[in-house]
Formats: sequence, structure tokens, C-alpha cells
Amino acid sequence: MKDKVLVSPAPHIHDATTIPNVMWNVVLALVPALIASVYYWGFRALFLSLLGAFTAVCTEALIQYLRKVPIRISDGSAFLTGLLLAFNLNVAAPWWMPVMGAAFAIAIGKQVFGGLGNNPVNPALLGRAFLLASWPTLMTGGWQATRFGSMNAITNPSLISELQTIAPKAHAFVTSATPLNIAHTLRDTSFVSTFTQSPALNTDIANKIFMSLTDGSTLQNLFWGNVAGCIGEVSVFALLLGAAWLLWKNIIEWRIPLFYLATVAVLTFIFGGIPGSGTSFSLPIFHLFSGGLILGAFFMATDYTTTPLTKKGRIIFGIGCGVLTVVIRMMGGYPEGVSYSILLMNVFTPLIDMVTMPKAFGKVKK
Amino acid sequence: MRLKTFAGGVHPPDNKHRSAALPIEDMAVPTQVVIHMSQHIGAPSKPVVSVGDEVKVGQLIAEATGFVSIPQHASISGKVTKIERFTHPTGGISQAIQITSDGNDAWLEFADDPNYMDLSVEEMKQRVNNAGICGMGGAGFPTFVKLSPPADKPIDTVILNGVECEPYLTSDHRLMLEKGECIVQGLKLIMKMVGARQGMIGIEANKPDAIDLMSKLCAKETALSVVPLQLRYPQGAEKQLIYAATKRKVPNAGGLPSAVGVVVQNVGTAFAIYEAIRYQKPLVERIITVTGSVVKTPKNLRARIGTPFQELVDACGGLNQEPGKYICGGPMMGFAIPSLEASVGKGSSGLVILDKKEASDIEERDCLRCARCIDVCPMDLMPSLIVAHVKVGDLDNAVKMGLNDCIKCGSCAYVCPAHIRLVQWIDTGKLSWAEAQRKK
Repeated sequence: MKDKVLVSPAPHIHDATTIPNVMWNVVLALVPALIASVYYWGFRALFLSLLGAFTAVCTEALIQYLRKVPIRISDGSAFLTGLLLAFNLNVAAPWWMPVMGAAFAIAIGKQVFGGLGNNPVNPALLGRAFLLASWPTLMTGGWQATRFGSMNAITNPSLISELQTIAPKAHAFVTSATPLNIAHTLRDTSFVSTFTQSPALNTDIANKIFMSLTDGSTLQNLFWGNVAGCIGEVSVFALLLGAAWLLWKNIIEWRIPLFYLATVAVLTFIFGGIPGSGTSFSLPIFHLFSGGLILGAFFMATDYTTTPLTKKGRIIFGIGCGVLTVVIRMMGGYPEGVSYSILLMNVFTPLIDMVTMPKAFGKVKK
Repeated sequence: MRLKTFAGGVHPPDNKHRSAALPIEDMAVPTQVVIHMSQHIGAPSKPVVSVGDEVKVGQLIAEATGFVSIPQHASISGKVTKIERFTHPTGGISQAIQITSDGNDAWLEFADDPNYMDLSVEEMKQRVNNAGICGMGGAGFPTFVKLSPPADKPIDTVILNGVECEPYLTSDHRLMLEKGECIVQGLKLIMKMVGARQGMIGIEANKPDAIDLMSKLCAKETALSVVPLQLRYPQGAEKQLIYAATKRKVPNAGGLPSAVGVVVQNVGTAFAIYEAIRYQKPLVERIITVTGSVVKTPKNLRARIGTPFQELVDACGGLNQEPGKYICGGPMMGFAIPSLEASVGKGSSGLVILDKKEASDIEERDCLRCARCIDVCPMDLMPSLIVAHVKVGDLDNAVKMGLNDCIKCGSCAYVCPAHIRLVQWIDTGKLSWAEAQRKK
């Protein structure tokens, strides 16, 4: 016998999915969002994204070297984490922020637990939480308008000029904030009361701003991504393209994103307005299209390692994320709650797995 | 029509095109056969011949040793040349009888019994028992035992398994097309023996010609029906087939089909039962698909039990490139064997030979928790968690999570992106658990 054959246990065939295959496909699915951000902000968006990815890969290699385990940076998982971390940054962020965030995400978020598959929470989101806690002003302010000059996506010039004359304070605030920021702040009645001397006028102004924020043309801007925000979060269209690719390739499963988005839609339809604004169907659309929700629902809340194993569990996870996101957006100190809600639900994942464990086929009822 | 199925499962490329259209060919009588004493689940048979004895085809050469056991018969005529340990088709070595042909292919006389349908159930069962039949789908459970379910578990349904969900294999498919009539007679005999009132033949949708033919053959009989099934692996696993056809769930933790009033037999087994009862012909040959990307001309061969695998490959014109893996059975549940030394057993449904690239072995990584294994498990288990418990030696929890309910279909390992050998780990766990139970 000179020709050796392989003898290994069944099954002898495989559907050819590999970890690199999964990870690089997710990276590929994020490319449209990256292109959109370059389109709206120029090459600095690309620079920061690649810097995040590069730092993550280097950190992973260094720690794997120190741990004396095989260096597996080519599997794409570190690249993906670094990219996702950078996607959570303002395009005006200093260059060292993606570096700090990605290094923290890989070192503390992933490798200390034993690397890929062993981390309890999403490393990219942990990296973001670290940056937010350490440099809160850089993470929540200093937003940069797109190359078309869109900051808050509002396309109502008469409103803006009206504000400039009757309520300069409101004008200054509206023109320097992201849509979610505006929506969040308009719920703060003590802030609204400082717009002008007249309480009736103040309420009127707040309502007018909010109406513009949720009108059709603003929603269009939000859909395409013509709005200030984090690098990878703004273009709903580009993110949905990537999400469709991942769903079609069976890399992510529909339950978590669907239940997450549906929960947010239902809750914001009921509670998503500002005092006195009433409700409308544009409200949930505004909330779905704003902030990091689409990126979070399709790319973060679907992370294999940190989300439930069972189908029932994924439904609970999605609903949980949705409830927390709306609670933070409506009642929290931050305008946006996607990353914290996913992080929190990550922590609940083992518990969800425990209570949703399936019964074996043919299990005899006791 | 909506096709019936179970929940879960995978869709491997079926690769049956190489041999599905090829009629069964009778293989030349080999010069030597090696007949194993252990071709079935249960106690090995005991030789009743000695080296030097002359035997004819069909002659008893080894007897059953207990209830769960079967006799073995000579598959060629000639002289018994060795009784020792030979390479087994499922790996390892075990006792076998080697017969060297005298070139005559002389058979014992078998009389046709035209009134075979009217025999008593006892007589029928006796003939099946005498013929040395065990399940021919692969597992090899003695058929006689399956036909004798406990008296407190009345059987109302017999399901013939013509699903052949294993990729590459086409032996059952061809047998249905060419011996459909006999298979239906076999089904009716089985129904008589277990007292069932309905008979079903489950066939996967990728064999429309077999579905048509068997439906035509069953059309006259109201008790018989063909159940076309969705193309999905493991549609032919016993519990999954029963569920798809009848919506009955065999209880887990060691439950048998008889618990839900069902007996399942492979179509090849039904054919063997028909021959055993009508002609009193013992099981000395079977259909085996020899196929794979490196086999020059894949074939469905009618081969004598004990034919060396090398001769099967030779009958197919040899290999057209270097082999990467020899698989006895199908690629999902078959056994990889180190060489073609072993020989055809009663459960050998196929010999699949893969090329070097198909046989590549990818390194096992940590579990990603992607849950693909859980989504596809036809037994609704959580393979990744069971294996995590087995890996750290926590067998109690592995068993609690259904370690012993695993049917080893391999769907989980087929989809695992981390290439974790889930079936191998579960098998290891099962063996360690069984050993621990014995020691108690």
C-alpha cells in the first residue's frame, strides 16, 4: 500500500462552511455601508475603518503569539471586530480612537476569555462602551455634516430660517445634533421651555421640529444615509443590502433582527413621540432608520458567540433588545441605546439558553 | 402535493447521477470470499464447518448463537480455506470464514413454493430466520427479531424504507425499479408476520421513477400506499421516517418503533424476505453501489456476500486517479476503511471512493456557538452543548441533554463551520457512559 488514504469518522462530506468563510462574508456585507460612508464623508471614513480593523488584527496576532496558540488572523474574525468598532465612531473622531477601541475590544473583549467562540459579550460593542465611558464627549458630540451639508437630515429650510429668528437657541441646537439627539432632547420639557419666553410657542416649536424630523423627506435622507452619525451606521439602504446578502447566504438567522426591529417599531409607535406630538406611522420608521439600530440588529445582535442557541431563545433575545433600546431612547440619559441593550442581552444569553432548551424528539411527557 | 418530512436535517448534494440510471449488473463469481461471523448487531455467528470442508452456495456455514443473532451461508461453492480473523468492512478485524471457489458455482437446490402467501406466520418467520437476514440498510439488526415484536405492543403499520437518503447510493433505488413486484410481495409478507393492517413505502422525491412504479404496484391494494418524501437528510432514519409517514413519535431514551405500532424494514430486506419465504433462499448476495469521483465506471453490482472490495473496484474498471478515502456505506454514516482488503457484508449498501481533495481534513476549532448543529439536529438535541460536556468529561450532564438519543446521522458535523467532530465526540461519550454503567 503506497498510496495512503484518509481514515476518519463519519460524516465524510461537509457543506464547506468554514469560520473564515463566515467572517469574510460578514465583512463583505459591510462593504456597502463603508462605501456609503466614504460617499458622504470622504476617505477619512475608510481610513478610520481600516485603522480599526488593522489594529484589531495586530492585537489578535500579538496576543495569540503571547498565548502560544496558533496565529489565526486570516480567519477574519479580528478584522470584523475592528471594522465594526470603527463603524461605531464619529467620522470626526481622532485617529487614536479606533486604535484604542479595537485593541481593547480584542484584548479585553475577546482574547482574555480564550479567543473566538469564548467571549461572553460582543467585543466590538464592549470596545465601544469602553470608548464611551472614557471619552464621552468625543463619542457623543462633534458630529460632522455630510458632504451635502446634512447634519440632522431635516430638509425644511423655512423651519430652519424661522427658528433662527424666533428661537436662536433652538436653532443652534437643531443644527448641531443628530436626529436621535434632537428627538431625545425635545422630550426634555425643561430644555424646551428655554427656547422662548412663551410656553405655548415653545411647545409649538418643539412640535414643528419633531414633525420635520419625521416627515417623508427626512426619512428619505435617513434611508440613504445623508445624515450625521457614526461611520457605519447611517445608510439604512447600504446596511440592508449587506443584511440581505447574509440572510440569503444563511449566515445570519432572521429571528433576532425581525423580533428586534418589530419590537422597536411597535413600542415607538406607542411611545416614540414627544410630549403632545401624538403618534403616526412615520414614528416607528424614524426610529428604525435612526442611530445604530439597523447595524446593531443585523450585524451585532446576530453575533453567534454572544446570542442564544435556540430559536425560541433568539426570539426572546430580539424582543429583549428591542424593549431595552426603546427604554434607553425614551427614558435614558443617552439618545441611543442599541449597543447597551445588545450588551445587556448578551449577558442574559446563558440564562435564555437554559430556559429554552429544546426537548429531545419523542420525549415522553412526565 | 406537499411532500412529507421530519423537522431539521440537511441537504447534501446527492451525487446519485453517476449510478442512478445504471441497471444492476451481476458480478462475476469471485474466486474467494470472506464471510464475517459478525455482519449484524448481536452475538457473532458460530462456524459449523472446518477448514477443508467442501460447501455449496446457500449451505449453512455458521449458526446463530442466541436470539439476537443470525446464521451465515456460503455465497460461492468451493472449499473452506481459512477460519481466522480478517479485516471487517466497518473497520477493525474479526472472525470470518474464507471460501475458495471451485469455479462451478454449484447451488443447493431451492424449490419454488407458489403458495408462499398462505404459509403460517410461524413457518414464514422460521424461513426468514433460517435465511440469515439482517437489516440491509446498514445497521444490520437481525430481521427475525424485528419481526417478533413484544406481544403487548400490537403492530398496525409496516413501513418499507426506500428513502435512500445517503448521498451517492443508488442500490435501493435500482432494486425498486427492477424488483418492485417482489418488494411489494415482501411487504405483504412482513405485514402478515407482524399482523399489520397497513403498509407504506417511503421514497424520497429524488426518485420519481421509483415512486411512480411502486405506486402503480400498490394501486390495487387498499392497504398499501407509497409515501413520497421531501429531499432531506436523514429522511430515511428510522424515527424520522416513521414521523414523516405517520406523525407518530418513537419515544426517546431507548424507545423502539414497536412502541408506536410500527415496524420498519429496508426495501432490500423486504426483497430478501420474499426470496427467503418463497424459495427458502438464504441471503448470499446483495446490491451494492460502487461509486465516487475516482471510480472509472460506477456501477450497481449484485455481489456475493464476502466479495473482496478490490474485486468490486476492478469490476468497475478500477480508479482513474489516486483515492483519498474509501467509504463502506454512504458518506454521511458510512465507515472509512484503510484499504480495499475487506469484503462485502450483508449491510454494505455502497462503496464510495472520494478523491484526495474531497477527503481533505480540516482542523477542529473552538465552537462559535452558531447553533447550526442545533438547527439541523433531527432529534432536537443540542449537539454543541452535549459535546462541550463530553469534552470535559461531564457525562452525567451530557446524558441529561440527550447524549444517548443521538442517532449519529452526522447532520451536525456536516454543517459545523468550526469542523468539530461532533459525531465522534458523541460516540466517545456514549462509549464512556456505557462503560461507566457496566462498572456500576
